[in-house]
Amino acid sequence: MTILSIDGLSKTFDMHVLGDTQVVGLDDVSFDVQTGEFLAIVGESGSGKSSLLKCLYRTYEPNSGRVVYHGPTRDVDLASCPARTVIGLRRDVIGYTSQFLDEIPRVPAVDVVARPLVEQGHSRDDARETARDLLTALSVPRELWEAYPATFSGGERQRVNLAQAIAPRPAVLLLDEPTSALDPETRRAAIDLLSTYLDGETTVIGVFHDTNVVEAVADRVVVLDDGRLDRVVPVDEYDGEVVVE
Amino acid sequence: MTDTETPRAETSYESVDAVLDSLDDEGLDGYSYAYLDEHTKREVRRSILKAVAIPGHQVPYASRPMPLARGWGTGGIQASLSILGPTDTFKVIDQGSDESVNAANIRRLARDTAAVETTTDTTDSDVIQTRHRIPEEALSEDQILVLQVPVTDALRKVDPSDAANRRRHAHKNYGKMWVHLYENVVEWGEINIASRYPTMVAGRYLMDPSPIPRWDVPKLDDADNLFVFAAGREARLYAVPPNTDVEPLAFEDREFQVERFGDATCQFCGSDDTYLVEIEGDDGETRYVCNDTSFCEKRQDDPELAKDHHRERDVSWGPGTPSEGADATGGDGT
Amino acid sequence: MSLLSADGVTRIYGSGCEACRDRTGDAAGTNQCPACGSVVACADVDLDLQPREVLGIVGESGSGKSSLAELLALEPNQDGHVHGSVEYANHPGNLLDVDYETRHALRNGHISLVHQHIRDGLDLDFSGGGNVAEKLLASGWRNYEDVRERVASLFEETEIPVERMDDPTHTYSGGMQRRVQIARALAINPEIVVLDEPTTGLDVSVQARVLDMFRRIQREEDVAAIVVSHDLGVVRLLADRTLVMRHGRVIESGLTDRVLEDPHHEYTQTLINSAI
Repeated sequence: MTILSIDGLSKTFDMHVLGDTQVVGLDDVSFDVQTGEFLAIVGESGSGKSSLLKCLYRTYEPNSGRVVYHGPTRDVDLASCPARTVIGLRRDVIGYTSQFLDEIPRVPAVDVVARPLVEQGHSRDDARETARDLLTALSVPRELWEAYPATFSGGERQRVNLAQAIAPRPAVLLLDEPTSALDPETRRAAIDLLSTYLDGETTVIGVFHDTNVVEAVADRVVVLDDGRLDRVVPVDEYDGEVVVE
Repeated sequence: MTDTETPRAETSYESVDAVLDSLDDEGLDGYSYAYLDEHTKREVRRSILKAVAIPGHQVPYASRPMPLARGWGTGGIQASLSILGPTDTFKVIDQGSDESVNAANIRRLARDTAAVETTTDTTDSDVIQTRHRIPEEALSEDQILVLQVPVTDALRKVDPSDAANRRRHAHKNYGKMWVHLYENVVEWGEINIASRYPTMVAGRYLMDPSPIPRWDVPKLDDADNLFVFAAGREARLYAVPPNTDVEPLAFEDREFQVERFGDATCQFCGSDDTYLVEIEGDDGETRYVCNDTSFCEKRQDDPELAKDHHRERDVSWGPGTPSEGADATGGDGT
Repeated sequence: MSLLSADGVTRIYGSGCEACRDRTGDAAGTNQCPACGSVVACADVDLDLQPREVLGIVGESGSGKSSLAELLALEPNQDGHVHGSVEYANHPGNLLDVDYETRHALRNGHISLVHQHIRDGLDLDFSGGGNVAEKLLASGWRNYEDVRERVASLFEETEIPVERMDDPTHTYSGGMQRRVQIARALAINPEIVVLDEPTTGLDVSVQARVLDMFRRIQREEDVAAIVVSHDLGVVRLLADRTLVMRHGRVIESGLTDRVLEDPHHEYTQTLINSAI
């Protein structure tokens, strides 16, 4: 079953401060995403991987094209729906995590992770319980749980960030290099957690720069080249080459 | 001018007394009845009517220069002289005493210029001018109490701006005064305002009842008489008409309280249901006496005399008044 | 269902003339009418706030954001001509037309403003607790112990030491005074809180704590908020959606992260590039 239909998606940035230069981010990208699949987006630096995720999350507003989310009750075009609809979908359906944790200082790590669950209506105690499980699975040291992530190392913050993103088990999860700052062992744990905690219910679209990760978790691979879609292939047909000349 | 001065210059007198004796009147020739000219009295009466119509609201009037300094009761005098007529009986008290110099002088001014009878007996009077007290004996619907007022606006305690306070009154916005009470309780554990206790009149206007003690504040509520409050310096007056609700501001759980005198009684009349003041005797000991000297004298003759002895029915009149069905000789004050 | 919506809200200081609106604004590059000299503080502003939502308004000083905030928060200000309408879900009619009594009632139960300047919002001679209590007392609370309890819990909630409750407000630090303002604004469980430059005059370390405190309470109490700031970091932390104002006009609006990461208007791009 298709959960996302991406159709003719284009994004151009008008850089007024650079003498109205136009920078192309995405150019006519189209592909479908199936419910529950794990989709890896690969491409060289600057090929539009992050732009694609941000267009799906509406942090970037596409110039043209559609991103149709096939929800349980209705279809929504994420590229053009009102801002409030996006806010509602972000709360209930679509999760996003970038390489960087953007959090207010002075909120303990466990509450950072629990917050989306609380906003979904779970009790504070239940939410913190789940948060602690996730932090354990990601081997965040117990003594950090009640500390503020602003004081953490890059790797620790990234784990908190990932825990927060997956905690509410969103229907669609967008991951932008969520494991880049992790050592191989923790990265392994994080990847395992994605499959165990999410239990195949969540559709994941992720940017991973590590080919091993892609091969370990992805069902299909989306290859981008200079803002254009190069190909979408099953992972067993993916040769690890970023772009086939 | 010169015509009248010339003959006096020709006469020589041996003493000041001789000069005074030579006058066949009291120097009142040319003065209007009740000292003030008719237009002034009419204007004051109009302002009083307006004040009666809007209980607790401060009404401006054209306060005139009086033959004593502002701050010495000039507002009260103008109000009294404007409402007194030749058949009235006038009483003046200053902090409960009929015999203070100021009270005596005001009484004499009214007697000389308005030809009124004067008295020290509360129950005999038609108009009573007072500074800082309300008499202990219950007033009736035939009587008017004129209070001298130094500061007209209760809100000035919390904001010196008259303009801002007028706006607050207009919109019944008394939040700042409530904060004042709140902070008072924070500091003292109870509301500790000795006099000028902020009081709501008819559920609408916040009123400064003049510097009467808290003891007298309950007398304003649902009284049978008219209260007129007049300030000479500030040129404003206001009123509490008969049978008006007057409620001191207080919290549900920090109620308004009158002064407490413990077991003290008046050393002259023995009353324990009147407002007492401390005096220090020659032996250095503190004693308590009634502040209302007129009523104290009556009690010295008849210790059982009730505050509403002259009224046909029981009247509730401040603390210590026997309530209906209670002992007619007076309660314990609270 | 909208909680508060503004339609064509305009405030002009000065005599005003036919040309005022056409010759001011973003394209004209000024908010002062060259024909009559009137200042168009804000013009033709439309916005919409839903329950529990936080709307950010950013712009440099003089962009009209504070004028707009004052209008939305029913701040009494007789100056200037006001046009347009502001509809509020719990009151019929245009909020811009209400009389003093209604304005007072709404401000003491529905819509609270946290002033940019502490002196405009607090009586520094009263105790900190007294300043918070004033809102309760003005809205009819008459039980002293209830007031004390509520004020103490608001102090706790806004992270002000409760033992300082009875000290005069002028003895408080800037950060504490700001918290007292917020406690005061929240005292009567308003539907909407308008924060005008909530970080003005605060040290950077204090700013973050005040914003964090406000965000936590805003979510816990389900109160909607309008946050006005020249500081992009403030709206990034607090606002779901953001309007960008310049020369009295709204020049761009959208999801806060979209406005900050994919700004469309030239001015917004400049604003974001000049921020660190």
